[in-house]
Amino acid sequence: MQKDGDRSKVFARRVVLLAGGKALLVSLLGARMYYLQVMEAEKYRTLADENRINMRLIPPPRGRIVDRFGVPLAVNRQNFRALVIAERTRDLKQTLQTFADLVPLSDYDHQRVLKESSRRRSFVPVTVRENLTWEQMALVQVHAPNLPGVIIDEGLTRDYPYADLVSHILGYVAAVAEEDMIGDDPLLQLPDFRIGKAGIEKVYDLPLRGKAGASQVEVNAVGRMIRELRNEEGEPGHEVQLTIDMRLQDYASRRLGEQSAACVVMDVHTGELLAMASMPAYDPNAFARGLSQAEWAALANDPRAPLRNKALAGQYAPGSTFKMVVALAALESGIVNAEQTVYCPGHLRLGNHRFHCWKRGGHGHMNMTSALEQSCDVYFYEVSRRIGIERIADMARRMGLGAPLDIELPGEAPGLIPSKAWKTATLGQPWVQGETLVASIGQGYVLATPLQLAVMTARIANNGLAVRPTLCRQEIRDGHLVERPTPAFESIGVSKPFMGLVQNAMWRVVNGNRGTARGSAIDVDGQTMSGKTGTSQVRRITMQERQTGVRSNEELPWKFRDHALFVCFAPAEAPRYAISVIVEHAGGGSRHAAPIAHDVMLEALRLDPSRRRTTREVAAIRDAPPGEGGVRRLTDAETGAEESEERRPQ
Amino acid sequence: MSNGLMTARMRRGEMTLGEKLWQVSWSFVLLISALAGIGVVMLYSAANGDMDPWASRHITRYGVGLVLLLVVALIDIRQWMRYAYWLYALAFVLLVAVEVKGTIGMGAQRWIDLGVIQLQPSELMKVALVLALARFFHGADLSDVGRPLYLVIPVLLVLAPVALVLRQPDLGTALMMLAGAAVLFFVAGVRLWMFALVVVAGLSVIPVAWQFLHDYQKQRVLTFINPERDPLGAGYHILQSKIALGSGGLTGKGFLQGTQSHLNFLPEKQTDFIFVMLAEEFGMLAGIGLLVLYVLVVAYGLAIALRTRNQFGRLVSIGVTVTFFLYVFINIAMVMGLIPVVGVPLPLVSYGGTAMLTLMLAFGLLISAWVHRDVQIGRRGAYDDG
Repeated sequence: MQKDGDRSKVFARRVVLLAGGKALLVSLLGARMYYLQVMEAEKYRTLADENRINMRLIPPPRGRIVDRFGVPLAVNRQNFRALVIAERTRDLKQTLQTFADLVPLSDYDHQRVLKESSRRRSFVPVTVRENLTWEQMALVQVHAPNLPGVIIDEGLTRDYPYADLVSHILGYVAAVAEEDMIGDDPLLQLPDFRIGKAGIEKVYDLPLRGKAGASQVEVNAVGRMIRELRNEEGEPGHEVQLTIDMRLQDYASRRLGEQSAACVVMDVHTGELLAMASMPAYDPNAFARGLSQAEWAALANDPRAPLRNKALAGQYAPGSTFKMVVALAALESGIVNAEQTVYCPGHLRLGNHRFHCWKRGGHGHMNMTSALEQSCDVYFYEVSRRIGIERIADMARRMGLGAPLDIELPGEAPGLIPSKAWKTATLGQPWVQGETLVASIGQGYVLATPLQLAVMTARIANNGLAVRPTLCRQEIRDGHLVERPTPAFESIGVSKPFMGLVQNAMWRVVNGNRGTARGSAIDVDGQTMSGKTGTSQVRRITMQERQTGVRSNEELPWKFRDHALFVCFAPAEAPRYAISVIVEHAGGGSRHAAPIAHDVMLEALRLDPSRRRTTREVAAIRDAPPGEGGVRRLTDAETGAEESEERRPQ
Repeated sequence: MSNGLMTARMRRGEMTLGEKLWQVSWSFVLLISALAGIGVVMLYSAANGDMDPWASRHITRYGVGLVLLLVVALIDIRQWMRYAYWLYALAFVLLVAVEVKGTIGMGAQRWIDLGVIQLQPSELMKVALVLALARFFHGADLSDVGRPLYLVIPVLLVLAPVALVLRQPDLGTALMMLAGAAVLFFVAGVRLWMFALVVVAGLSVIPVAWQFLHDYQKQRVLTFINPERDPLGAGYHILQSKIALGSGGLTGKGFLQGTQSHLNFLPEKQTDFIFVMLAEEFGMLAGIGLLVLYVLVVAYGLAIALRTRNQFGRLVSIGVTVTFFLYVFINIAMVMGLIPVVGVPLPLVSYGGTAMLTLMLAFGLLISAWVHRDVQIGRRGAYDDG
């Protein structure tokens, strides 16, 4: 028993030691528990929430774009798409094959669906085809029993009901590219999300986009949704209202037709653009859908540049439409008064150069009014020689030329008004007087956009108020869309009598006996139109050609032909609309641009809401086919006598 | 019946069945029943608020286990001592059988299908080894255990099954058997310097042993050392487990509200990781509470060991208690990221038949030691050959 006693003592001692050891280990567990569950609790709580909570974004419907009367120009259309959920199919390949028998499915789509569904978890829907027609959608629905796992989903797609008729103003939406991933809007991460890439869609993208709704869902370890925790309502995109009158825009675009041309219609008092057409154009719906490589190449390589908004981004020598600027500069300078005459023998000699008038035989004695009416080049050569380029450049800038007008669209070209300082700075050469002469008839370095020409015309028509163009009823201020306040324009400082004189001369261009646009006169309830033709030369006429006889414009290859221009305002008695038209490589302005401006102006006056008409009058206007408005049509002999403007010196 | 007479009869082991039942430590039974009850609650939650498939079967198994416990407890401790080696031999044969079957069959197998239950010989061996070692050391006095050569047989008794279990391969069970055996050697009075020697030898063997570890075992160790090494692979479980624990906080997310468990971020929540689920839903307070219950069980075991007058009973009590403690410690330390994931269930709470039966068998031996605490057993196992 003694032995056992010793053994017991050792046993008891060691059991106590053992218990101590265990106590130590247990306290270690307790300490660890305290560390994890109390000290680090916050961190792990966050991690647990990150584990289980997924944010699902609900894209808001994009705001509509409407015209000045609320006619929708850009809307959201129901888009039926077919999705497939792999885990609900018996055999994905078989299902896809059955689907392809009903709705055409490209090999590419076929492979893409198989690839995507193998990459994703089997309960994640994969898009099979978008933009199903109603018939295709119905077909899929009817065959649903044979298509296990295929579901039809309704989404919203941007739709432009007027297709290419307003595309340059509206722009288009397209998938988010890498470089668009700016800011922290989570919407940009959505695979199907579209953002504005051009035009109003781009400039007003943020208000149009709206705010994403969010649905917080709880997911399990494999990502399957268990339940919705929170649903945050999004904010639909704001509606943007344009100043465009879609009826006029529609008319102007169609009137330009197949030609490479632009037409701007502007309210001379408010600067609101009622139409801004540039043709040919593109179909923005194709961009929203996604362009194929071939479609893109066709658009990009077309010589008539359908992707370019010629009204804004096209810079053209304004030709004779620039003569009003020279006339106003001359009147203001006091060096030349309106009654002083210049003799036009058909050319003007300066040093060794002869500067030709478009009329080979010359116009004879010309005062300012008749020189504008008949667009006599020699008169303006002489006047510009006397007043110098700087006065002309100064007046041109005051008329809105030579600098961007800050319209709400991107891609506006600044145009160019040359001056001595400009030439020294950019070309490093001194200004020569011959260049002043060339500039005086809107050739040489002078460049203007159709929009600038419309603004210039509007400023003449409104007696010299510095009206600025605007396209949108709202503007973005501090990130919010607010109504644009009624603008108050300052005067450009040209005296009213001078303006009146030029306005009168422009009236004579259209209505005078010898006016260059006398074929395009209008008379709507006694309202008439004033305007100015212009033809801008694209290439130089060689001395040889001049001797052998200038080939007519039609004989030249298209890209060497002259641009036709026309600016006008109406009613002459109380101006309301200013219009500029340019038709690229068409020929003379009076023959190719003025008739278009004439028709568009008639339409503008017809649509003018201030005009009260009897229903019979309205019917009469509607029934009258365009171009039969009275005095517009000329005989062939008359048109042949129009300006051909062979004016640039060797 | 006088107290003195009773004591004398108890020394001789002459007790009626009724007296034995009276002697059973019912408070201990109550304690382990409480633990099993916690298991039922957690398994109910693990099934998203359903008694099926785990909670109801847990109850059944515990019931069966309780009967087994009482049967084992009422069998005379001397009978257990008499058949200790036989039980060990049986467990060993079964281990070999599993090994042979595994080599012939496909891949690693740890159990034998008995139709009713799947018997896991390594679990049985845990108990059998305790019995065998207790029997061996029962007859050894301090001078015996002081001789290194005397320890050759018990060391072999330990190493043979450990080697077999390692081949299965089941690192967790092997380590538990080693640790449990070491504690028995320790309380039997083996000199401390021998332990020191073994530890030093063991450490020097680690680099060699590393070569013999299976890839997945190496992964477990490496992942344990740096869980962020592979957050989606091997480290995923332990990371998710820590997130579940941490997010539970002091008071938990509420019953059936554990997001980590119910959304399946937590792996094997009904078995090895059930403690995490408890701590996620009821917080650290519940975790500590459970730990206290476990400490109470261990304290009972140690108290029984100290109170028992025969060496066999003492050693069995210590062996059972240590095995139980190792289960608890390894499991909780594992889910909290203190030690590698070794696949050890939480006793009485985790779902799993074999572990439950093993434990109840072991507790039965513990209670048997308690009931027969005053029985004097001779050196060779006779009732009194002092």
